[in-house]
Formats: sequence, C-alpha cells, structure tokens
Amino acid sequence: MKKVSFKQQLLIELGITLGLFLLLQVLMNLGVITTYWKGIFITICINVILTVSLNITSGFLGELALGHAGFMAAGAYIAAVFSKSIALIPSVEFPLALLIGGLFAMLLGYLVSIPTLRLRGDYLAIITLAFGEIVRNVLLNIKFTGGAGGYSSIPKYTTFPWTFFLAAACVLLSRSLINSRQGRAIISIREDEIAAESSGIDTNKYKKLAFVYSAFFAGIAGALYAHYMGFLQPAYFNLDKSIEILVMCVLGGMGNITGSIISASILTILPEALRQIADYRMLVYSVVLIVMMLVKYAPQFQGLLAKFKHQKEEEA
Amino acid sequence: MSSNKVVLEVEDLGINFGGLRAVDNLNMTIHENELYGLIGPNGAGKTTVFNILTGVYPPTDGTIKLEGQVINGKTPHEIAQLGIARTFQNIRLFKDMTVKENVLVSLGVHADYDVVTGMFKLPKFHAQEVAMEDEAMRLLDVFELRDDCDKLARNLPYGEQRELEIVRALGARPKLLLLDEPAAGMNPQETENLMRTIDVVRKQFGISILLIEHDMKLVMGICEKITVLNYGAMLACGTPEEIQNNPQVISAYLGE
Repeated sequence: MKKVSFKQQLLIELGITLGLFLLLQVLMNLGVITTYWKGIFITICINVILTVSLNITSGFLGELALGHAGFMAAGAYIAAVFSKSIALIPSVEFPLALLIGGLFAMLLGYLVSIPTLRLRGDYLAIITLAFGEIVRNVLLNIKFTGGAGGYSSIPKYTTFPWTFFLAAACVLLSRSLINSRQGRAIISIREDEIAAESSGIDTNKYKKLAFVYSAFFAGIAGALYAHYMGFLQPAYFNLDKSIEILVMCVLGGMGNITGSIISASILTILPEALRQIADYRMLVYSVVLIVMMLVKYAPQFQGLLAKFKHQKEEEA
Repeated sequence: MSSNKVVLEVEDLGINFGGLRAVDNLNMTIHENELYGLIGPNGAGKTTVFNILTGVYPPTDGTIKLEGQVINGKTPHEIAQLGIARTFQNIRLFKDMTVKENVLVSLGVHADYDVVTGMFKLPKFHAQEVAMEDEAMRLLDVFELRDDCDKLARNLPYGEQRELEIVRALGARPKLLLLDEPAAGMNPQETENLMRTIDVVRKQFGISILLIEHDMKLVMGICEKITVLNYGAMLACGTPEEIQNNPQVISAYLGE
C-alpha cells in the first residue's frame, strides 16, 4: 500500500510549493525570466485562483456557474476603494485589502446562493449569468469609481510572491477541502442529491458552502488583479471573462484541481505566445481549444491514444 | 427475539396527491431489533410509505414517531440524522466516488470537525478521518467489499452496488433501516445470501429493519411481522403464518 500519512503529505505539498517558488524567483532575479514573462506568471497565478475556485462550484458541486467574473469584479473594486482611501503602510494595507475583497465577494456569494438553492442546471446558469451582469452594470453606474471610464491610480501592490503564494494557498486549501467530510458532502450532491439528503447531508448548507468558498477566492483574485493593473474598468468583467474562466475549468477537467492549474497556465500563455501572428491570434486560439478538447475527451482519440500506449509497451 | 421497546410508531398515516389517496390510514409499530416486512402488489404504495417516512413527502395526515419523537415535517437529512436510513429501489449510489468514499459520505455526518479544521488539516481532522476510515472498512467487511474499496462505485457489479447502498445506509448509524426491494434483479442464490446477510446485520448492529419485498416466499422466511398494503390501504398485519392464511391477502395477490 502506498499509504502516506497526513503529515508526510502536507510536508510534500509545502516542499513542492516552496521549491517551485524559489526556482521561479531565482530565475527572475537572474534575468532568465524577463519582466514581460513575470507579468504573465502573475496573470497565470490569478487565473489559477479563479479556475480552481470555480471548479469547486462547477466541477465538484456540479452547478454550472456563469457569474464568476462578477465575484471577481466585486472583490477588485472593494479592495481598490479600500487601499485608495486608506493610508497605511503597504505591508499592512495590501493584505487587508485582499481580505476585504475576498470577504465582500463571499458575502455576495452567500446572497446569490440563497435563490439558487432551489434551482439546478440551466436555471442556475441563467441566475448566475444575470448576477454577473448586475454587478457589471452597477459598477458602470457608480460615479465614485469612475463608471465606464474606469477607476485609476490604484496602488500597485501586487508582486509575484504574493500572487504565487495565494494561488498555492488556494490550490492546497481547495484540495484539503475536497478531501474532507465537507468536500465529500459537496461531491455527493453532484452525484445524487436525493441520496445525499437521505444519507443525512444538509444539501442546502453544503451548496452555500461551495458558493461562498469559490466567491471568496474569486474576490481575492479580483483584488490581486486590481493592485496589479492599477486600473479597473467594468467592461473587463463581462460575460466573456466568466466564460474564459469556465473554459479553463472545463478544459482542465471538471472536478480536477491539477487539471485546472495546467489549463489555466496553458490558456494564459497561449494568446501571448501567438502575438507574432496577431491577425490570426484568436482564430488559432479557438482552433487549439477545439483540438485540445477533442484530444482530451473524444472517444476516437482516446482509443488512438490507448493503442499508441499499448504499442509502446509491446516494443519495450 | 425482539424487545418491547418501540422504535417507529406510525399512526393513521395518509397522503393525498391531488385527488389520489396514495396511502390511507396506515398503522404500524416497529420494535427494537425487529425485521418487519412491507408487501403488496405493484402500485400498492409501498415506496410512497418509504418516502413519507424519510421526509421526501410530508404526510397529509397522521403522525410518525421515532423513539417517541414526532418527525412529521422534518426534512430528509434531519430524519436521516435522527436515525432512519434507507436504500432505493433504483440504486442511487455516488457513482463517480470510490466505494470507500460512498460510505465516508454518510459516516461524515457524524464527524464534527468544521470546515476550517478540514482545510488546514488540523489534528482533530486527522484523528476523525482515521477513525472514520476504520469504521468504513469494518462496515465494508460485512458485505465483503473491503477489497473493492478503491474502485469507483459505478464499476461494481449490480449485486454489489445494492450491497454498497446498504453499507452506506449503515454508515448513517441508523436505528431503523428501510430497504426498498434489496433483492430486485438478483437470482435466487444471490437473494438468499443477501437475506442471510441482512439478518446478520440486524443482529450485529442491533437495528430494526423495514423491508419492502416482492418475493413472498422470501419475506415469509425472514420477517417477524408483516404488513400488507393494497391500493394504499392496510389489508392485513400480523405474523407470516397469519398473513399466509389470510383470504384477503390471497385474493389481492392471486385475484379472485
């Protein structure tokens, strides 16, 4: 049996996280990773947080949520307003801003979860879509944060270590959540809600938990984004943004956290890597998406892949 | 064998679906450690009775008492936590979870570490997870499912899926276990084995079992008391011998 104790597992996880961080940090200090790529890494980390957190509701709870950009926007704006209006030392102000962004999104997540408890599938997707649009439209009409023109000169506190460790925290915490009794309760609702209820699972409670959890991290991702760009515009948080996160989530595999990390990384790098062929960029992006989906899920490709593996094994 | 302590008391239970009276004036008393049969022709309302007892449908009239506590109007998960667990006629497993995880879902209801403890893997989480896993394995042993514990539930053969559903129900630590046609789709040999195991479970865990079954012979063989339903109404109630010789039951099953 490959039984690893809880403590060993925790040490391994922390070791990998720290190792990866040191590697990237050293490469950045040596100049191997340019400032341009450093920016991409920060975006990757933000997208990892968004994708993994969406995976909790969409992948593990099994509810198609189309309003993730709404939570992100809420977190971003609240955090930005906070750090612009309060003058503390940055090392205190930034964590506070992040926390406030997360908590505010969490509150919204709770409010959204209440009407959604009775809905499933398509209906829930529509409600969350509407929520995302409401947030965007409210932001468009608030004069205080610049409305459609955008909210500018937000202090740029977001650094690579901050984003990296928050993304790592999001991944590790989500993984332990999924492997806890609460996580199993969430998955059991996706599998069979009636059976979950009759096994003693308070399904409403765990649906709320999943929504609130994923909103919290979306809010944090928004706050990181705000302090990275230094400028916010409601138009950025439109339905396309929600769909983009959902695509990352679906491509990585619903209910697969490792997959989420990989697909968030690939889909962030891809448009950047295609910049040379600027005119056909989005076209190639879509084609690559379709091909990746096919390779990953189409039974024909699965069969081919299995055959290929088999041949290799025979040769060896 | 049965003591006199009453586990479930159903009084004048009835339910209307629009104009249809699906269950009418049902009375049932189940004692501690009793194996109780609920039989009747197709469409007699047996599964509806299960759905009322587990809170899926609120009864139109009558009361249900579990160990003296009225449980009408409680939600299904509250009733499950109070001590009524069930299986389903058409199997409802958590198919994409492993066999062990299926049991851990219902066992987890009785653990009390909170979300934060679980997310940060604090010591209490370790202790309770280890205890839960041990208990899950012990329960799986009852049906010899231990070796399959890491398989996905969907990959189990049909008969074992039915057994896993019973194990999951046991994980909820019930006082009363409701089995909805546990032997449906099984051959006579498998059915006999299952019935023997059900009897073992009852004695080992000291729980009461209410069983819906089609197979008359089988019910007569193991149940201590039987209620016969027909068109939602109670037709007869008594020991297997009394039921077997009841002319009304015979006519309901065989026609006049």
